[in-house]
Amino acid sequence: MEFKFEGRTKLITQILMGIGLIALIGGFMADGTDHHQRWWANLLVNGFFWFSISLAALFFYALNYAVEASWSALIKRCFEAMWHFLPIGGGVIIVVLAAGHFFHAHHLYHWMDNSLYHEYMVVEGDTIEFMDEATEGAVANPNYDHIIAGKQPYFVTWFFWLRTLGYIGTFLIFARLFRKWSLLEDEQPSLDLHYKQFKRSAVFLVVFAVFSSMLAWDWVMSIDVHWFSTLFGWYLFSGMWVSFMIMLNLGLIWLRSKGYYQEVSSSHMHDISKWMFAISMLWSYLWVSQFLLIWYANIPEEVTYYTQRFFSDYQVPFLITFFVNFAVPFYTLLPRDTKRNANFIVPVGLLIFIGHFADVYLLVIPGTLFDHNEFGIFEVALFLGFLGLYLNRTLSALSKAPLIPKNHPMLQESKELHY
Amino acid sequence: MNKVFHVMYDDDDKLMEAASALVAKGIRVKDVFSPFPVHGIDPIIGVKRTRLGIVAFMFATTGTTLALLGMWYFMISDWPMNIGGKPSFSLIENLPAFIPVTFEFSVLCGAHGMAITYLLRNGTLPGMPATNPDPRTTDDKFVIEITTEQNALSAAEMETAIKETQLFELSIKDYE
Repeated sequence: MEFKFEGRTKLITQILMGIGLIALIGGFMADGTDHHQRWWANLLVNGFFWFSISLAALFFYALNYAVEASWSALIKRCFEAMWHFLPIGGGVIIVVLAAGHFFHAHHLYHWMDNSLYHEYMVVEGDTIEFMDEATEGAVANPNYDHIIAGKQPYFVTWFFWLRTLGYIGTFLIFARLFRKWSLLEDEQPSLDLHYKQFKRSAVFLVVFAVFSSMLAWDWVMSIDVHWFSTLFGWYLFSGMWVSFMIMLNLGLIWLRSKGYYQEVSSSHMHDISKWMFAISMLWSYLWVSQFLLIWYANIPEEVTYYTQRFFSDYQVPFLITFFVNFAVPFYTLLPRDTKRNANFIVPVGLLIFIGHFADVYLLVIPGTLFDHNEFGIFEVALFLGFLGLYLNRTLSALSKAPLIPKNHPMLQESKELHY
Repeated sequence: MNKVFHVMYDDDDKLMEAASALVAKGIRVKDVFSPFPVHGIDPIIGVKRTRLGIVAFMFATTGTTLALLGMWYFMISDWPMNIGGKPSFSLIENLPAFIPVTFEFSVLCGAHGMAITYLLRNGTLPGMPATNPDPRTTDDKFVIEITTEQNALSAAEMETAIKETQLFELSIKDYE
């Protein structure tokens, strides 16, 4: 059975994309903040959020192959479709980073300011020349930041861009290979292809373990450049994973209501809901672990991150986000019956999904807009626009291959899943 | 006089097949004894879903409450302790410090409560008399227990139905 992407569904995603485009243009013009900071920050939030969902799809696909999970064989085409946003999401991130780094179009990343790294400078008329050692006529650079200068080897331009392009490029290569082999398997039944994917998935997981942490430091943690947290990468990873599980669950419920995937039973839904529950708890655990140590140690350079969020306008959304993402899945998804009931999963899933978007929003915005932030129609419209773009890419990729793989060795086992 | 059938099988697949066949003939299976959990047997013989999860939740909630109450009394109310300058006159302000203990205590109460409830309910606490019909069900054999009391069919009818399955051994006993 093939999924047909047409009619009302396609129209709705296109309308959402239109809203997003209007938001992009209108938002840029209406944005009164310095250097259109608000516009760029929201572009980064959305670019990263939707990119990370695609990335989690790729990760989850590899995870299922590497551990030889059988239950997901039936729905693996969904994972494949869901990572088709990777190039666009990666592109948005690259545009935002390049605009800041090379064109100084915005000031989201404080460390992109070249003047922070040099202790001395020579001023001649309008030109300023920065230098690391005191020479004749040199004066102390007032912009010099000892802490950021210490991180220069890591943030040096070539190394930063090597990493950024390296992450995105590696993910794209793996995504392409997995998709190619998966489609090839439909045509030629062969266990070799399966074991090839099994081995490559294991390699991917190793690469992903390193890259997912590092991209979190590079793209998100470096916004608060004076601050660092060692579990930040895992924290973002758990957030992207749970957002992906929710998206998958809601998507499957929708596809089943449209008459596709009738082989997918409530046991599959139960398994995905268990993931939703488990990863929500992982996210909460990492949230608390990060917060608790910083709160307890009370070291000035560490608590800045939390004072920025607790003792400001961000306090209420920050606390609500935590309680929604922790307490709601904990109490609603704990019993067996709610995990299998679409009437529960849909509202709970939507709520946590928005909660995790708010989480990414609160990772980026307090460090970039400080107390000048506004939350208005632009943010909502941009979110809807990216949602439309994401759904459009995903559903169009879903329509390009049979919904159920033909020759996956564990297909029958997946069809007979019962719990 | 009531009769009890103990039908023994030497393989869990044979057990599943036999149970399905017997239930299809309208025979009610009282219980199944096996050395390990046989996946999928519960819906066949009509075992109700376990309520152990609800018990676990209740025990864990009790643990959470006790832990918070205890820490409020020890650390806030009875003798406020200044540890690292953390707020010591309010439970809510000092809550982060109590979260790990509360979590651990909830897990402790939940796990122990659940284990003890399980052992009590099954009658398998240490020293309790064994209730399985044959000691071999703790090694490599599986037993289906059927009583005439729970079934409308006659003993002879049930015996023929049972003998059609791939059984290993059959024992029929009378009981009051």
